[in-house]
Amino acid sequence: MAMTDAGSRNATPLHGLVEGAGRLGAFLRANPVVATGLIVLLVVALVALLSPLLFVDPARVNPLQRLRPPSLAHPFGTDQIGRSTLSRTFNGTAISLTVGALVTAVTVAFGLLIGLVSGFVRWLDGIAMRVMDGMMAIPGVLLAIALMSLFGSGVRNVIIAIAIAEIPRMARIVRSSVLVIREQPYVEAARASGTRTPRLLLQHILPNVAAPVIVQATYVFASAMIVESVLSFLGAGTPPTIPSWGNMLAEGRAFMQRAPWMIAFPGVALALLVLTVNVLGDALRDAIDPKLARQLRA
Amino acid sequence: MAATIPVLVFVALFVFFLLRLTPGDPAVLIAGDQATEAQIETIRRQLGLDRPILEQLVAWTGRILSGDLGRSVFSDMEVTRLVGMRIEPTVMLALVAIVMALAIALPLGALAALTAGSRIDRAVMAFAMLGFSSPVFVVAFLLVYVFALTLGWFPTQGYVPLADGVWACLNSLILPGMTLAMLYAALLARITRTSLLEVLSEDYVRTARAKGLMPLRVLVRHALQNAAIPIVTVVGVGIAALLGGVVVTETVFNIPGLGRLTTDAILRRDYPVVQGLILIFSGVYVLINLLVDLSYVLFDPRVRY
Repeated sequence: MAMTDAGSRNATPLHGLVEGAGRLGAFLRANPVVATGLIVLLVVALVALLSPLLFVDPARVNPLQRLRPPSLAHPFGTDQIGRSTLSRTFNGTAISLTVGALVTAVTVAFGLLIGLVSGFVRWLDGIAMRVMDGMMAIPGVLLAIALMSLFGSGVRNVIIAIAIAEIPRMARIVRSSVLVIREQPYVEAARASGTRTPRLLLQHILPNVAAPVIVQATYVFASAMIVESVLSFLGAGTPPTIPSWGNMLAEGRAFMQRAPWMIAFPGVALALLVLTVNVLGDALRDAIDPKLARQLRA
Repeated sequence: MAATIPVLVFVALFVFFLLRLTPGDPAVLIAGDQATEAQIETIRRQLGLDRPILEQLVAWTGRILSGDLGRSVFSDMEVTRLVGMRIEPTVMLALVAIVMALAIALPLGALAALTAGSRIDRAVMAFAMLGFSSPVFVVAFLLVYVFALTLGWFPTQGYVPLADGVWACLNSLILPGMTLAMLYAALLARITRTSLLEVLSEDYVRTARAKGLMPLRVLVRHALQNAAIPIVTVVGVGIAALLGGVVVTETVFNIPGLGRLTTDAILRRDYPVVQGLILIFSGVYVLINLLVDLSYVLFDPRVRY
């Protein structure tokens, strides 16, 4: 024990990084679905990021090329004022991914904070969990809609509104894992040897709640992208000038019969992206929790 | 079960403070950018926002308990009356969706569990994953495009009230009901498969099979009934997704129900209506989940309250 302890203390950060990357590589090789999902997401994110360079300006109006069906010149067709559906769809990808990622980050941060505190500070637990239960009683989409009606439209407000609706479930998951972990012998041992609470949380509890948090985070990511498009579609999300998928679907609705491509491309793109993230989430859950996976496959 | 009341109290408090604690003057927020000073003042007085917050809370609690949800800022109608006018389509839509979801999910889930690991199982689960990942309006547009615009079997939008005939009403709800049922059916098919799988390996199922009962009877009487509790639990939890989906579905299909009322109220910043609707939707959600908890007795005689 003493030997390995001293060894790891002498290791350089670079060494740790290499070791971590090696473990990640082994994990991905053992779980091809997870690896594929991650690669697909990275590629989509890259294309979305580069879309201003790859495609024409999504806001460029071309009155001569209105409602054109998909062709070589306009692979995804054009909308009612001649804007390229291709450019707008990829621009929407960037918006969806940004909203999804930021909502997930905010949800994980606050979920961890509330969950860890509830799991450790007994008198706060009762109050915090009643508040979380109350918030979970309001259907998520409705809660986000209500918040947006007060905040006013805008990408930042969309992120805050969706995160508020997602935090309670994350906090509950963190708390229930903490309650199990805090009773484990290794936590008791750490405490008995005089480890202070902040260090205990960071070194012993946090790494062990990571698994359920990561799995839940993928579902938050998927759900955030759907809710963002719902909010925008209903007119309570991103401002109409921004080509988010929800806005594109709302605009395309009126031209459904004449120009079905206006809603087909953003609609399919949204469904595919959400599907990818959900498949990734399920695969991660199965990989992280083999017992559960075996049960499910039986 | 005892948690129902505190949860509802919290929702009410949350809805109350939401407007008042949002940065900025709530009256200005509701009145919008183009309102005159006088209009803002009217709204402030109408909603009692000029009084101390504690007094507002007491008055508001009293009104809610006596069933008064306030008046619409936009049409000056009572929120409860507005809700009464719009409730039929939403209830019908939700019922059609739940029946459709169960009719799709239970057989598919059972089929997947019985053929676990096979191609059929994988196909069903892939279908569930697809349904689970497809946003409500994407499903709606697809169904409208295929069954209404291309095949012309159903109307593209609108709602026929029950008073105009049951069949006409149901016919107008098939596409929207299907849309809403998709997500719900996906959730239910997954949980049906999982909980059936657990039960199918139990001794009593093997015994029932061994004594020569019909496979269908074993499945329904012995397996499904014992697997029912997680399934009805998901039926309850899924109501949240259903209620969120109602808002979108009614907007897409132009159905004059509570969901459509919600969207309209939000776009008009008609806060009393939004507030009332959130209370009602949350109340329905909590009550249905209470009923789900109580229904456990039906499936498992060991459960006692």
